[in-house]
Amino acid sequence: MEPGSARDRLHILFDDARAEQKRAMAALPKIRLAWLGITAGLMALTLWMVFLWVPTEINQGNIQRSLYFHVPVAWTAMVAIALVAVASVAYLKTRDEKWDRLAVAGAETGVIFAALMLITGMVWAKPVWGVWWTGEAKLTTTLILFFIYVAYLMFRAYFPPGEQRRRLAAIIGLIGAIDTPIIYYGAQLWERAHPSAVVGRSVDGPVGLTLLVATVAFSVLFVYVAGERYRLRRQEDEVAALRRAISLQPSRSVSSTPSPGTTPESVGGAPAGGA
Amino acid sequence: MTTPAPVQQGSPTRATGTTQPAVLAVEAVGLEKSFGNSAVLRGLDMTVRDGEAVAIFGANGVGKSTLLRTLTTLTRPDHGSISVYGRDLSKEAESARLWLGAVLHSPMLYGDMTVRENLTFFGKMFRVPDLDERIEELVARLGLGARLEQRARELSHGYQKRAALARAMLHRPRVLLLDEAETGLDEPARKVLDTVIAEHRAAGHAVVMTTHSIERGIAESDRVFVLAGGRIALDAPSSRVTPDDVTDLYSDPGEA
Amino acid sequence: MGASLATIWTLARKDLLLELRSRDIVLAIIVFALLVIAIFTFAIELTPSRSRDVGPGVLWAAVAFAGVLGLNRSFAVEAEGDTLDGLMLTPVSRELIFFGKLLGNFIFITIAEIVIFPVFEALFNISVLQVETIVIALLASIGFSAVGTAFAAVSVRVRSREIMLPLLFLPTSVPLIMAAVESTSAVVNGGSWSDFSDWLQLAIAFDVIFVIASAVLFQFVLEE
Repeated sequence: MEPGSARDRLHILFDDARAEQKRAMAALPKIRLAWLGITAGLMALTLWMVFLWVPTEINQGNIQRSLYFHVPVAWTAMVAIALVAVASVAYLKTRDEKWDRLAVAGAETGVIFAALMLITGMVWAKPVWGVWWTGEAKLTTTLILFFIYVAYLMFRAYFPPGEQRRRLAAIIGLIGAIDTPIIYYGAQLWERAHPSAVVGRSVDGPVGLTLLVATVAFSVLFVYVAGERYRLRRQEDEVAALRRAISLQPSRSVSSTPSPGTTPESVGGAPAGGA
Repeated sequence: MTTPAPVQQGSPTRATGTTQPAVLAVEAVGLEKSFGNSAVLRGLDMTVRDGEAVAIFGANGVGKSTLLRTLTTLTRPDHGSISVYGRDLSKEAESARLWLGAVLHSPMLYGDMTVRENLTFFGKMFRVPDLDERIEELVARLGLGARLEQRARELSHGYQKRAALARAMLHRPRVLLLDEAETGLDEPARKVLDTVIAEHRAAGHAVVMTTHSIERGIAESDRVFVLAGGRIALDAPSSRVTPDDVTDLYSDPGEA
Repeated sequence: MGASLATIWTLARKDLLLELRSRDIVLAIIVFALLVIAIFTFAIELTPSRSRDVGPGVLWAAVAFAGVLGLNRSFAVEAEGDTLDGLMLTPVSRELIFFGKLLGNFIFITIAEIVIFPVFEALFNISVLQVETIVIALLASIGFSAVGTAFAAVSVRVRSREIMLPLLFLPTSVPLIMAAVESTSAVVNGGSWSDFSDWLQLAIAFDVIFVIASAVLFQFVLEE
């Protein structure tokens, strides 16, 4: 092989990346901007309905309004876990990195929404039930899932990037998803065995409509956030691929090899771990 | 245990009846493997014929061990395929493992079990039919007799290597993969290793070894590979290679 | 089938032999669990009714936490001499290797429970040595070893695996821990099978699902 070939390959790689970027810049912003617009619009509508339109609940007062956030984020957290499960299976089947990125995006967003669900639940429970925490089945389930997916993200942060990490993470993500219905069933049994002051909530009329709109709004928000996270992941991977291409160059000096400890991916796995 | 005997010697695949009757013991095509951001194998092709001993050389960290681990099915290549006597490792790994015996850097023995217990355990895993006789035979060949009832942890490095060799050869593999097996061995153990390699070659089986000692590698092999830049940079009959040919490629892999 | 069972047993017996030589795993589980139980006898003033209230929770929390220690060892043993590689080189299917390790871990946890239960009974003055609790303990051991074997294999190559395994294992096992605690509670409060049949069903479902799921996923764990 002639000495110039690796360099040429590198140039081709750079050109490919640049062309790809141009195409992405041309096509994506429109969709992304539109999606962002829809998200913002729906969120504004949700806020208006929650705080101005829907009448105050008679028994609980204003605090009941937190329910309009609590239920939608709980829903999106579940969607996120389903996304992790589907993407993990797809990854194990195809070994295509895009599924791994999708799974991480789902897990990171899911952990944040699960945390929001727990916080809004506690804020609501304190004035209504007099305690921050009750053994309510959905809260319990979300708390445990929160721990499982925090562990999932921590595992990714601890493990060096590469195929092995993607594969093992997919296994963890999948086991967590398999566990979800079992946890929920157990939490329901537990709730029945330890009855707390859970009141039956009637959801109808303006309350139901507000919940519906809020749920749609948060779903749209979830897709936007997860999509952005996915894009960021892909860009990180592209940077990593370019680095790899550079390290492939038959170097004459040892010092040109990048040290493995400073790869962008090894930093990227960490952020949501503390969420 | 009345278990089906593993397929023993005899032609594993029908030799193609052409003028070149050589059966390919190992055929690797387009192997690629990277760890994190460093690519180790970059489209490596290699073939080893039945009855051929191959020595693989290469500078430190160039990927010799990765290549050997990939050939043993321990490491899965990112791209490319390997077949052993025509069996694709990605599809028929379990049966292909019957053909492969490997001695890698660590002896892969349970430290708290005796040599005999280790060999019996691994022999059962391979379903060796005449296990006790086979162990006695290998122990005699490798000079392990006095160490048979000692725990693997208590053995010297040389005897651990001998025990590892015995473990690798229990199931009568046709391809012997040796990763720097001679490193740190004392003279008697080294002789045993040489004899094993010679006998394996003489029996018409394949040997794939990596070694730091270039003279020894050339002397004990039929063919020499030099691994550089993630590929086989030199593939030549051992009789026509000098140590200098090999070391020249260590520092300047791009100029092959 | 017979040959597969023989292979599983060969694998488990190998773990038992190693354990007999080193006594790492079972001893660690027993000592740690008893320590947890003993600390609780000081932390809580134990009246008979309070013993029945908190006892089952303490017992199973102790077993779960101590079990993690043992599970960690079970793959650390394989990692130390690279014998995991040695196992991978054998033509044995990955499912059988999984079941072999699972059987070994199940035996270790069960042996530990045999020691832990009587001591717990003595310290907490509540009777847990009954047919019902033994069934519960067996179901719990199966589930713990299924999830534990899979996660121990997942975390064996990660740095700080001593931290990683409990973080993965404990939340996943929560339904099983709940089932064990609630069933044991029912038993020590004089309940019969029908009082905790729901919980038993949950434990059985957990065991079946995770034995199968872990066995299927295990083949993906050990690639490199």
